[in-house]
Amino acid sequence: MSQKDMQPLEKKEAQAFRPEETRGLPYYSPHVDIYETENALTIVADMPGVESQNVNIDLKDNVLTLQGRVTPPDTADLSPVYREYREGHFYRQFILSEIVDQDRITAQMSKGVLTVTLPKVEHARPRKIEVKSA
Amino acid sequence: MAIIRLHQPLGGPFAELDRIRREFDRLFDEFTSGFFPGERSGVFPPVNVYEGKEHYLLTAELPGVDPSDVEITVTEDSLTIRGERKPDDGGESANYHRRERGSGTFRRVITLPDKVNPDKVEATSRRGILYVRLPKAEEVKPRQIQIKSA
Repeated sequence: MSQKDMQPLEKKEAQAFRPEETRGLPYYSPHVDIYETENALTIVADMPGVESQNVNIDLKDNVLTLQGRVTPPDTADLSPVYREYREGHFYRQFILSEIVDQDRITAQMSKGVLTVTLPKVEHARPRKIEVKSA
Repeated sequence: MAIIRLHQPLGGPFAELDRIRREFDRLFDEFTSGFFPGERSGVFPPVNVYEGKEHYLLTAELPGVDPSDVEITVTEDSLTIRGERKPDDGGESANYHRRERGSGTFRRVITLPDKVNPDKVEATSRRGILYVRLPKAEEVKPRQIQIKSA
């Protein structure tokens, strides 16, 4: 087990084109892990404060869009004392190559982390090539 | 499999202008509000602290951290958060394209703005956000003074 200390990650504002908000919350680009196994590609995105029903995943023309709308804490009667981070929505896009089986994409949200599993289509799976000895 | 981050806006030439305009709006907002996170502590996790009449509320973004892996200790004027964010591993066979999220242990102490009652502190975790409600100590609560007519 690693004893590495967790480093603070800077929140980066999302840059890609998106429609404007009526309510002035910023959009951040979520930090992601993307890994590939034999059968699937998995995208894990940090979206703290986002409820599962406020996640929007869209795949169009091989562009995968992840969007999460944050539910900010109710601070109506409170005044800020320290402020080290801002709440905001999340937005990020990726271009996928065509080997993803678009009908079998699944997603789940847990503890503010979105996990999207993109299964590979059959013919894109790696084949093990036997080396024959002559 | 190749994954390419989109750098070009999708909405054509005016989208870029729109983006620049919004960027200026944002800079202007930050400049004029005079209250935005320039206060980086360099320690994970960043926190926000709010003050109410009777209590303080501390919030921290801890996505993917199990509440059982977080330990909070409170004294009259400080709060310590320790914990670990475990790596979300795809298993032995996973090969990574990107790894931005990070994992590891964290321990942070925050000095509170005023005295609190450590016995009545409550912490909850929702959607990857930690909420700690810290009731103020009796002696620092605002009291209303009745004016007696002579």
